[in-house]
Amino acid sequence: MRSLPLRRAVDALVTIACGAMVLLALVPLGSLLWLVVSKGAPGLSLSFFGALPAPVGEPGGGVGNAILGTATMVGLACLVGLPVGIGAGVFLAEKGDGPFGRAVRFTAEVFSGIPSIVIGIVAYGLVVLPMRRFSALAGALALALLMIPTLARTTEELVRLVPGTLREASLALGIAQWKTSLRVVLRTAAGGILTAALLAIARAAGETAPLLFTALNNQYWNFRPDQPTASLTVQIFNYAISPYEDWHQKAWTAALVLLLLVGVLNVGARLALRRSTAGGRA
Amino acid sequence: MPATHTDKTYEQELKDLRDKLLAMGGKVEAAIASSVRAITERNSELAERVKASDVEVNRLEVDIDGACRRLLALRQPAASDLRFITTALKIVTDLERMGDLAVNIAERAMDLAQAPPLRPFHDLSSLADLSEAQLKKALDAFVERDPVKAEEVMKGDDLLDALYLKIFNELLQLMMEDSRAIRRATAMMFAAKHLERFGDHAINVAEMVVYMVRGTDVRHPRSRLVEEK
Amino acid sequence: MTPKMRVEGLQAWFHDRHVLRDVSIDVAPLSVLAVIGPSGCGKSTFLRCLNRMHELVPGARSQGRVDLDGENLYGRGVDPVRLRRRVGMVFQRPNPFPTMSIKDNVAAGLSLNGWEGDLDEIVERCLVQAALWDEVKDRLRHSALSLSGGQQQRLCIARALAVEPEVLLMDEPASALDPIATAKIEELMHELKERYTIVIVTHNMQQAARVSDTTAFFYMGELVEAGATETIFTNPREQRTEDYVTGKFG
Repeated sequence: MRSLPLRRAVDALVTIACGAMVLLALVPLGSLLWLVVSKGAPGLSLSFFGALPAPVGEPGGGVGNAILGTATMVGLACLVGLPVGIGAGVFLAEKGDGPFGRAVRFTAEVFSGIPSIVIGIVAYGLVVLPMRRFSALAGALALALLMIPTLARTTEELVRLVPGTLREASLALGIAQWKTSLRVVLRTAAGGILTAALLAIARAAGETAPLLFTALNNQYWNFRPDQPTASLTVQIFNYAISPYEDWHQKAWTAALVLLLLVGVLNVGARLALRRSTAGGRA
Repeated sequence: MPATHTDKTYEQELKDLRDKLLAMGGKVEAAIASSVRAITERNSELAERVKASDVEVNRLEVDIDGACRRLLALRQPAASDLRFITTALKIVTDLERMGDLAVNIAERAMDLAQAPPLRPFHDLSSLADLSEAQLKKALDAFVERDPVKAEEVMKGDDLLDALYLKIFNELLQLMMEDSRAIRRATAMMFAAKHLERFGDHAINVAEMVVYMVRGTDVRHPRSRLVEEK
Repeated sequence: MTPKMRVEGLQAWFHDRHVLRDVSIDVAPLSVLAVIGPSGCGKSTFLRCLNRMHELVPGARSQGRVDLDGENLYGRGVDPVRLRRRVGMVFQRPNPFPTMSIKDNVAAGLSLNGWEGDLDEIVERCLVQAALWDEVKDRLRHSALSLSGGQQQRLCIARALAVEPEVLLMDEPASALDPIATAKIEELMHELKERYTIVIVTHNMQQAARVSDTTAFFYMGELVEAGATETIFTNPREQRTEDYVTGKFG
């Protein structure tokens, strides 16, 4: 048995070491935020949010169409990806113990490991080629394909975490199984699933590679899903690799805008969830 | 092999209770035998000893009552254990009364020893033997958990009552014949009465044994018959 | 008197394990039947066969007849979901829905089934029946998890009562509670049996003795003996029952 002073010393040492690790982990995050904010803030203005991209050398301009494009494509991707992903997750948790379930789970695992650019190529082949044009739809599909596997796996884990006693309580009240899964189990796991969904959305909003040859890009406002569409990520890419200084500045600012949008989305959804489940009405 | 309680302490407590009851029963048996001998042998010293030993019997009553209460409070006995303990509570009062009856007989013995002797009454000894045998059989039935033996005790009461009646009539006759013998004959009559009561208590013990083993309460059959009609 | 529920030849398995063997018993209306027996004797399985929850476990199977008011619950065309509204259940560990308020919990069985009507009145009535109204009437909108264990269990009872069952099954309802909360639940059962038929599984013999009218003793999947509670605890017929209630095995 070690003596008390020695144990105290070891305890303090380990605490300091852990603290140091945490700080170390925070450094990249902190420096990233610092960099984006400090470099992007100067270019930030209200018009930046609403204006179209300006040609080189001209002052002003913005990423309005890119914001709209990202929002549209992420929105469309959610329309498909969220129900399919969460639905698959619920299915795997409730009825996924048979051979079909195992196959689905295996597929999801494989898919979640596929590089995003490959997903982009798949979407290219599935949508762009038959339609003979680049479009927001293709971009949305690519994003959806990215969201679904991880969302399904995480949802499955979360739903499995819901205690069986809750299911039993609901069934014992004479509530049908499907209703129990949806209105009781899912609702209990809702908090976790929302986080998983937000993470999926954030990831989708931040992807560049799959959009490169599905949605391409667009310098103008576009409201049609079957046309090439601008997105924040591709726009940032274009601005960043250009040789122009003021476009580099725009890249930083656009990056800041992207971070802000995702952050606001996150906080807003969390607040809405808290109000709806903590003792309020359904 | 019959199952024993998982809790060995509880098992031992029940065994101790049984042993105490039997010890008390043994003392009472000895007391009644000695008290009647004190009459027939005109032995005042023996009578004194009987009176003294009643202290032991009373102490055992208090002891056993305490043990039963403790078991009821702490063990929540059920089924056969419950019946055993409630039987013990009831038997102990009968045994204590029987001890008192032996003391009463001993006191009559002391009275009779001081007066000139009456003619010998063999029947009193017979009555004593019968009463003692009834108690012994009832206690055996208790130990052996034998309801048949207990029922034999209950049936044996008629013989005992008949013998008592015979003695009663003989003594009555004696009193009518010789008025000088009245005081002594009355003492003898009391002694016989005590022995008859002793027999009744033995019946009570036997009835409780039947309840303990079978779970049916067989007391006061005649009252019950009326109710059933 | 016709029994409220009649079980005939009930058998149950978990995969190959034969957990209930040929159980037959009547449950009298508006009474409390206690089911006792050592661990693993099949008493919980028996309870779950009464509201067809047993078959929800993968690999579980059953056979035999369970009649409710003369109608076989295992008959063709009987909807298990509907049946569970007539035969309700309360579990060992209180399990209120964590994301719902007290009021929503009580009403859950109705609102989730599309009930259109005044829930407030029903919620109040059930909370009163469950002896919980006075303690929660000022905080119906608070989360169900803000209640103590004993209160949560009474909430679950209120929730079960809201769907107006005829029979209430209770699987060791007080085993996770402290003695005072237990006493409240037991007192509640005395009141409830004026309107409902109750079957309770308990591993606490003294509780069975306190609350029930009839007691059934199970051992190794068999119903060894069933009868008036007083008889079971003063003079049981079977040696195995005798040995169990006196603590000679367990």
